[in-house]
Amino acid sequence: MLDNINFLLIREIVSSVLIIIGVVFMTISTIGLLRFPDFYIRMSAITKGATLGLGLILTGMGIYFNEPDMFLKVMLIIGFTFLTSPVAAHVIGRTAVRNKIPFWERTNLEEFKDYLHKEHSAHRDHERDNKQV
Amino acid sequence: MKTFIIHFLIAFIGSYLYFKYGDPMLPYNAFWAVVVAVFIMFVLWLTTPFYHRTYFHKLPRALNFIAYFLKELVVANLRVAYDILTPNYRMKPAVVAVPLSVTTDLEITLLANIITLTPGSLMIDISADRKLLYMHTLYVKDNDLESVKYHIKHGFERRLMQLTR
Repeated sequence: MLDNINFLLIREIVSSVLIIIGVVFMTISTIGLLRFPDFYIRMSAITKGATLGLGLILTGMGIYFNEPDMFLKVMLIIGFTFLTSPVAAHVIGRTAVRNKIPFWERTNLEEFKDYLHKEHSAHRDHERDNKQV
Repeated sequence: MKTFIIHFLIAFIGSYLYFKYGDPMLPYNAFWAVVVAVFIMFVLWLTTPFYHRTYFHKLPRALNFIAYFLKELVVANLRVAYDILTPNYRMKPAVVAVPLSVTTDLEITLLANIITLTPGSLMIDISADRKLLYMHTLYVKDNDLESVKYHIKHGFERRLMQLTR
């Protein structure tokens, strides 16, 4: 029974669908990068959309080429991307808060006021120290 | 956790070697490779009650956690995509301070990574005494910050604590 199935056709269809969905996600997140109102929301859009899109595209590629080596490498790339991209996003966001990048005016900052005040006053001290040196 | 990583590596390398150097009865493709790896992990899981009793109960919860995370990932991505493609902004962003119940380094790192991977939420910082986690989130309905906190605490944190304790 297994001989009657056209595996190449099935593989091509599955991998094409996965790659197309991945490309669509990446395109949408790039449009979001252009038209969202402030830095933090833009970064939310671009990092996650790109990560999911990359995962889908690589999975589709691994299925299409159909070799154990390829699948191993694809799995490793996806795993490391999922581990590292949130760390990068977190560091960029933290740096932006320290450098006083403004939030969108409709953002609810009630619970964040204390932290912002502390962080920015500490930052000001830091700048003053640098000037004295 | 250590047992899981060891079992995962054994299953991965086992199925890899089976298809590369063995004499496979199955045609090679991604589907059968995953089936063989899952089968090896299942056999290893059945042997665990003899030397690692808690792992026997934790694996179903881990699978549940992974399924929940993938569901959240796709749903949130679609929600952000919808907001990008329609002209008006439906989002109401806010910065929320979530009180943490997890304490160790590993748990906090995992929780923060998972929160940042879910679209629409971005972790900014942890307070110095490790009690609060500052999180930038889109989609707060009717300024109800408590529901966002409830969602994080009962969705991700509870499942994570079941796994690591």
